[in-house]
Order: sequence, then C-alpha cells, then structure tokens
Amino acid sequence: MQWGSVENFLAMGGYGFYVWGSYLVCAAAIVAEIVLVRARSRRALADARSFAARGAGKGV
Amino acid sequence: MSSVAAPTGFSLFRYSAPAQFYPLAGKLAPWFYAVAAILAAIGLYIGFFRAPTDFQQGDAYRIIFIHVPSAWMAMFLYVVMAFWAGVGLVFNTRLSSLMASAIAPTGAIMAFISLWTGALWGRPTWGAYWVWDARLTSTLILLFLYLGFIALQAAIDDPRRADKASAVLALVGVVNVPIIYFSVKWWNTLHQGASVKPGGSSMAAVMLTAMLIMVFAFWAYAIGMALTRVRALILEREKRSQWVAELLAARGR
Repeated sequence: MQWGSVENFLAMGGYGFYVWGSYLVCAAAIVAEIVLVRARSRRALADARSFAARGAGKGV
Repeated sequence: MSSVAAPTGFSLFRYSAPAQFYPLAGKLAPWFYAVAAILAAIGLYIGFFRAPTDFQQGDAYRIIFIHVPSAWMAMFLYVVMAFWAGVGLVFNTRLSSLMASAIAPTGAIMAFISLWTGALWGRPTWGAYWVWDARLTSTLILLFLYLGFIALQAAIDDPRRADKASAVLALVGVVNVPIIYFSVKWWNTLHQGASVKPGGSSMAAVMLTAMLIMVFAFWAYAIGMALTRVRALILEREKRSQWVAELLAARGR
C-alpha cells in the first residue's frame, strides 16, 4: 500500500478536504437519489393497488 | 396481455408498450446496479491504491475518478433524454416521453456532481472554487436545463401536454452540449483541455484505466436508475389501466 498509514490515506497529501469533500458529496447525492426513487416507487405501487382495489380496470 | 404480443418470436417493438416494458425494466435494473457496484469498487481500488500521486497536482487529481465520469454522463444523458423526448414528440409514443422524464433527475444529479467536484478540484489547482469560465458556465446551464425540464413537466397538469412542452425545451437545449464539449477549444478557458480524445490520451495508463472503469460504473448506475424510475412513472400514469390491475392481481397482492 503506497499510503503507509490510514492517516496518510485520509490526508491525501494535504488535499484531504478537497478529495473527500468531493467523494462524500458524490456518495450522498447518489444515496439520496436511490432513497427518493425507492420512495417514489413504493408510493406509485401503493397508489396503483388502491386503484385496483376499488375495482379498477374500468378506466376513469 | 395478448393484444400487444409480437406475432413472430422476439421483437424490440414489443417492449415499446409500457405493459411489456414494465416487467422487463424490473428484471434488468438489478443487473445494472450490480455491475455499477462491482465496477465502482474496482475503479476506486485502482484509483486510490494503484494509481500513483500526480507529479504536478499531488493527490488532488484523484477527484478525476468521479469528476470526469459525472461530467460525461451529464452531457451524454442530456442527449439521450432529448432523443427520447423528441421521439415522444414526433411519434406520440408514451414510453419514449416517460424515458426522457426518468433520465432527467439522474442527469441533473450528474451535472451537480460534476460542478461540485470541479469546484473542489478548482480551488487547489486554480485558487478558486468558481470562475465564470466557458466550460463551467455551460455546465451550469446544463444543470439549469435539467431543472427547467423537470419543473416545466411538474407545472403542466395534463401529462401528455407536459411531455410535449418539455420535449421542446429539451430539444432546444441540446445545442448546449457541443458548446460544453468544445468550450475548452473555442474559448481561452481556465479549464484544462480534454485529457482523453480520439487518437490518444495524455494520462498515465493506470489513471486512465481507473477513470474509464468509473465511467462504465456511472453508466451502469444511470441506466439502472432510469429503469427503476421509469417503472414508477409508468405506474403513476397507467394505474387506471387494465394491465396494471392484472399485474397486481397476478402478484396476489
């Protein structure tokens, strides 16, 4: 391992703030997108179920 | 489920019907997520543990492994989004318009990531988080085009009219993509020129390898995300239809 220690790895040669600031926000954005899409999918499915339960398929 | 079945064997057009595409997208999406996760793990391993420190930029350059993939995806997804929006506009196909809507939020997030990582890379290399440079400004406009597309669609109640209005916006905005791409050539910008272009690369092989693996990881992620989101959009729009009722009944729920 070229870094030698965890401290050196986190320090990123003095650029730790910029490197980890980039990666953390990137990861947060992706996690947020996944959470939002899953919530939307669940909502859409629940909504479709309640339509089906009301004897849908006849069109509105 | 019989009215849209292809008469002979496999046909791509079969999947242009939301009822056929919905289960297909559900089957495909997990594979794209798996590929994205595996490639990201490999790409980040090479990027952080195999690629050496850059002799000019130190370790700050390691931002490239997410900066370039997100910037490329932001541009590429815009073109794909505008293509599907245009197909939906011209041929009046519902699923095409839904694909465009499914891509927009992911494109916006990619544009945001590229701007954010670019700012954090710009500070140590140029001394500024932000400059009104042609490359940066045109990428900011790209983010606003995505947000405008999403907002316009949300603002119009009739979904098909919303599809059409936002398609026009998406198509007009396509002109911005070549401007972003060629901005570093056309104007004297602070942003460096393309490191990777047809006919060669100015990057060390191991850095380039890590970056390209990350590009494919982002690609797989974006496809998986578009497939998952388009399923939600299909359900939202077709919840009153017979096939959705049948699908839910078949699941026994």
